[in-house]
Amino acid sequence: MKKLILLILSTGFIAGCASSTTGKDYNAEMLKLLESDFKSKGSVKVERVLQQDDVQNFCSALEGKAASIDELAEIRNSQLITVKYPEDSQYLGDWKAGNEIASNGKGGQYSDPVGTTSGGNCYGCHQLTKEEVAYGTIGPSLYQYGKLRGNSEDIYKYTWAKIYNAQAFIACSSMPRFGHQGILTEQQIKDVMALLLVPESPVNQ
Amino acid sequence: MRRMKQLVFFVLALHISIGLYAESNSLEESDIYKELIEDGNPAEFREMRGDELWHKKYAPNNVSLEQCDLGKGPGVIEGAYVELPRYFPDVNKVMDLEQRLIYCKTTILGLTYEQAVSSPFSIAGQSSEIEALVSYITAASKGMMMAVKLEHPMEKDAYEIGKKLFFYRAGSHDFGCVTCHSSNNKRIRLQNLPNLLVANDAQATYTTWPAYRLSQGEVRTMQHRIIDCLRQQRFPEAKYASDAITALTMFMAKNAEGGIYNAPAIKR
Repeated sequence: MKKLILLILSTGFIAGCASSTTGKDYNAEMLKLLESDFKSKGSVKVERVLQQDDVQNFCSALEGKAASIDELAEIRNSQLITVKYPEDSQYLGDWKAGNEIASNGKGGQYSDPVGTTSGGNCYGCHQLTKEEVAYGTIGPSLYQYGKLRGNSEDIYKYTWAKIYNAQAFIACSSMPRFGHQGILTEQQIKDVMALLLVPESPVNQ
Repeated sequence: MRRMKQLVFFVLALHISIGLYAESNSLEESDIYKELIEDGNPAEFREMRGDELWHKKYAPNNVSLEQCDLGKGPGVIEGAYVELPRYFPDVNKVMDLEQRLIYCKTTILGLTYEQAVSSPFSIAGQSSEIEALVSYITAASKGMMMAVKLEHPMEKDAYEIGKKLFFYRAGSHDFGCVTCHSSNNKRIRLQNLPNLLVANDAQATYTTWPAYRLSQGEVRTMQHRIIDCLRQQRFPEAKYASDAITALTMFMAKNAEGGIYNAPAIKR
């Protein structure tokens, strides 16, 4: 009898947690389809998308609604501590290589051969130079990024961290976490840093 | 025949024009396409082929798809697409057009499931029957208002599951549909991105698929569009004609409610 009551109570509890008024757990239903209706291919595994980390889980559940200030701060703080700064304290690589990385949208798709070096595809979302007119507008313009901000250690560190893990500054940002998720290597991030910050870079003309 | 010749000439001219346009870096692509398609859309070839295939008798049952019930009764194609996806009592599930065509090909024509899904998308040297059938059937809804019902509980479920999938961020890049399709007036590179959460964008998008894609030289269906979006989203490969895609389609079709259907269209 006790077991039955417990069962009824726990069933009610689960239903209470579900996301809709009909009592159905649509998130669970969606995850079932994600498992059954997708297949691993190339470097992209079904298990990878079934396993969300805390940021992905939190941001998905918002469904476009605003979160509380405290929740957003918690996300940012949890992500800021993941940032690994360059061990040699050299932040700037080669801006020309950085421009190639910014133009390259390959990597991480199942259509890319396994082992493909990923690009950053910065131009997909940001204006960077005057010369490249085929830029996207999901993110803000970064034209003259360095010229406007100078070359202080603080700016270097902030910019590095932003590329490494954008969630450390804007919780649920659309920008990928290039360092944290291993999309770009440390050297690639240095090259993109140079594109943004060195005076000779076309970004700062 | 004269019409065919006109179309062939038009397609050639169209590709040249688009090449010139691409070099001009203009952003007013929709206006240019509107002007170009006044003379016709190469998708009409696929519609004509679909018309033939709809009436063609297939082995082993030696019958045609004419008895296929797309939701408005056996053989009725007028207005069928603007009410899809929908619940079908005979299978007790929600299906989109392509799932339903596969069902009809197996149950009416007597094909195996593998045969029915063997060529969902045209590739070099192999033209897809499904793309042609979808072109023919969707064209029969031109000018009608988008009207998915969402009355049956399973239709509501499909919508809610599709909504969850739309907002689901995961994988190496933290991407979801929501990343590119929840803000107004954004672009990726030069490609405009519709906000699929607001009616006018959702309508303009949903009512113009399938589309003849100039970059691919083929008519592509909504299934193709969604699978390719998910690929770029760094998700694994979505299975063709799966319930996951139908759920997403239901979410988008409902958001496009009230839009006037106008496809097969023409796109980059």
